[in-house]
Amino acid sequence: MKLEQFAAADEAGPLDYQQVEFDYVRHADQDADAPVRRPVVVVGAGPVGLALAIDLAQKKVPVLVLEGGHQLSTGSRAICFAKRTLEVFDRLGCADRMVDKGVSWKVGRVYFGAEEVYRFDLLPESGHERPAFINLQQYYVEGYLVRQAATLPDIELRWKNKVVGLSQSDDGVRLTIETPEGTYELDADYVAACDGSRSQLREMLGQQTQGRIFRDRFLIADISMDADLPVERRFWFAPPFHPGQSVLLHKQADGMWRVDFQLGWDADPVAERQHERIRPRVQALLDSIGHAGAQFQIGWASVYTFACQRMARFRQGRVLFAGDSAHGVSPFGARGANSGVQDAENLAWKLAAVLRGEAPPTLLDSYGSEREYAADENIRHSTRATDFITPKSEVSRLYRDAVLALSKNNAFARSLVNSGRLSTATVLRGSPLSAPDADGFAGAMVPGAAAADAPAARTDGSIGWLLRSLAPHRFNLLVFGTPAESAWADALQDEMNVLRLPLDAAHALAAQRYDAQPGTAYLLRPDQHVCARWRHGDAKTVRAALDRALGRVPAPSLAAA
Amino acid sequence: MSTHLITDAHLESPDDFYEALIETHQGLSTDDSHALNARLVLLLANHIGSLPVLREALAAAREA
Repeated sequence: MKLEQFAAADEAGPLDYQQVEFDYVRHADQDADAPVRRPVVVVGAGPVGLALAIDLAQKKVPVLVLEGGHQLSTGSRAICFAKRTLEVFDRLGCADRMVDKGVSWKVGRVYFGAEEVYRFDLLPESGHERPAFINLQQYYVEGYLVRQAATLPDIELRWKNKVVGLSQSDDGVRLTIETPEGTYELDADYVAACDGSRSQLREMLGQQTQGRIFRDRFLIADISMDADLPVERRFWFAPPFHPGQSVLLHKQADGMWRVDFQLGWDADPVAERQHERIRPRVQALLDSIGHAGAQFQIGWASVYTFACQRMARFRQGRVLFAGDSAHGVSPFGARGANSGVQDAENLAWKLAAVLRGEAPPTLLDSYGSEREYAADENIRHSTRATDFITPKSEVSRLYRDAVLALSKNNAFARSLVNSGRLSTATVLRGSPLSAPDADGFAGAMVPGAAAADAPAARTDGSIGWLLRSLAPHRFNLLVFGTPAESAWADALQDEMNVLRLPLDAAHALAAQRYDAQPGTAYLLRPDQHVCARWRHGDAKTVRAALDRALGRVPAPSLAAA
Repeated sequence: MSTHLITDAHLESPDDFYEALIETHQGLSTDDSHALNARLVLLLANHIGSLPVLREALAAAREA
């Protein structure tokens, strides 16, 4: 179907996203005498490529998305979408639907052997619009993003357009694109490679990812069942029904469940995907939790391996790598798609600023350094979780089992149990775009941190949310106190959005999270990360911080904290 | 000083500690790892000092 048919069908009622097939449509570019030039070409229409394209188009940068396939994600794949990702999608105007459709959960149970060793209640701190995370099949997230893309005149999506060649010079990139009707060429100022873990663009540039490969295999399957199970995440270490290995059970939308069985390195990836091999494993799991009689169907299934690795540099001239093409992690902690969406939003405002001539092209170097730093953090967390879940030495297993054995009666040991540390926004410490603090501050809103949400009054007086009050595509100057206490900020209205929050009862939580006093000011980048803050600002100092955040002044290279 | 064994979370940075613990054993034989663990227990016991606390720890480890 065509994009507008998809939008109409989706509007009309429940649409089976797994059956949607988008049409290849011939474009005039394919018949042009010379390659047509585009400011930005995004390669790959997964969550990362779509988020980047929407962000750019909303910033009025025309963007072309090339996708080799013509369907949404096959199978549920990434299912955990973290709070920060939902906040990014809020900025893009499409998170409400995801949260409505997705499954919010807060109770987790951890088992060791036959015994439940503890349960945890992941009650997130209150006073945030979005939950810690939701579970939702990737095809819904992609479908909702495609719907949003369809409303934006500056986005063009071309299905069955596979990039098969790439060359770049100092002033542009030339792409060779294969379609059902032959190949054509296109030129681009910049190309975003969002083409996944087996990135063809990475290969075309002769680049590699480096890191640690784990010799283990996992079976992942979507299970629909009629059992009335509580909405809980259950994680088993070495249960009797799957001896010596780990098992995860997690709820998704539409009464679907995700099961994940560790199989070991010697498992046969083709045979284990067969439904007749999966069925007894699921049955054994259901038997053990008292649902032996439940009817279930097996949907998409896959046997995966993983590596924790990344490219050395995410910026390769005019080609920018984002998401799985740039870095890989284990699934434990949901750091794949979630970090990819953070890549996309980091890149979007920088590309837009460079293309508009507001920032020099060297600003794009900071995309690389900031997101390489973030990837290292994600890889570190994901490697640790993997080492805990699948100990690779005798002593590692000894300690793992000791931690689990202690965790039932000794609360401290629970903080060592690692079945995945959930993705949160990376604090971009030491970023060259941030101005170091000159004044004393307490709390978490350090330069480089993603702005925390809190209740905030809307212009009509009702209570909404701080992050929603920010201008979605500009720099924001967040100033606390009365206008009289920050009259200097009025001179900046043309250069940034000035948002004032009174220090009253309605904003007590915001004041606390930002350690605010009368006159306290935060400069937030378009991706909502803090780049500078002051107890008492002035227009000149704020302008200097803005210049720095846009890379207009030389800054020391990014030093990891 | 605490007169009872602390069993609530007390580690400054649990994940960093755990990684360092496992890394300390990197490349050791099982016998060498056992010996390292014994030395580690003795070092930590001396740091704790209090016999009643150590007795509680011994009992908790035995019970788990």
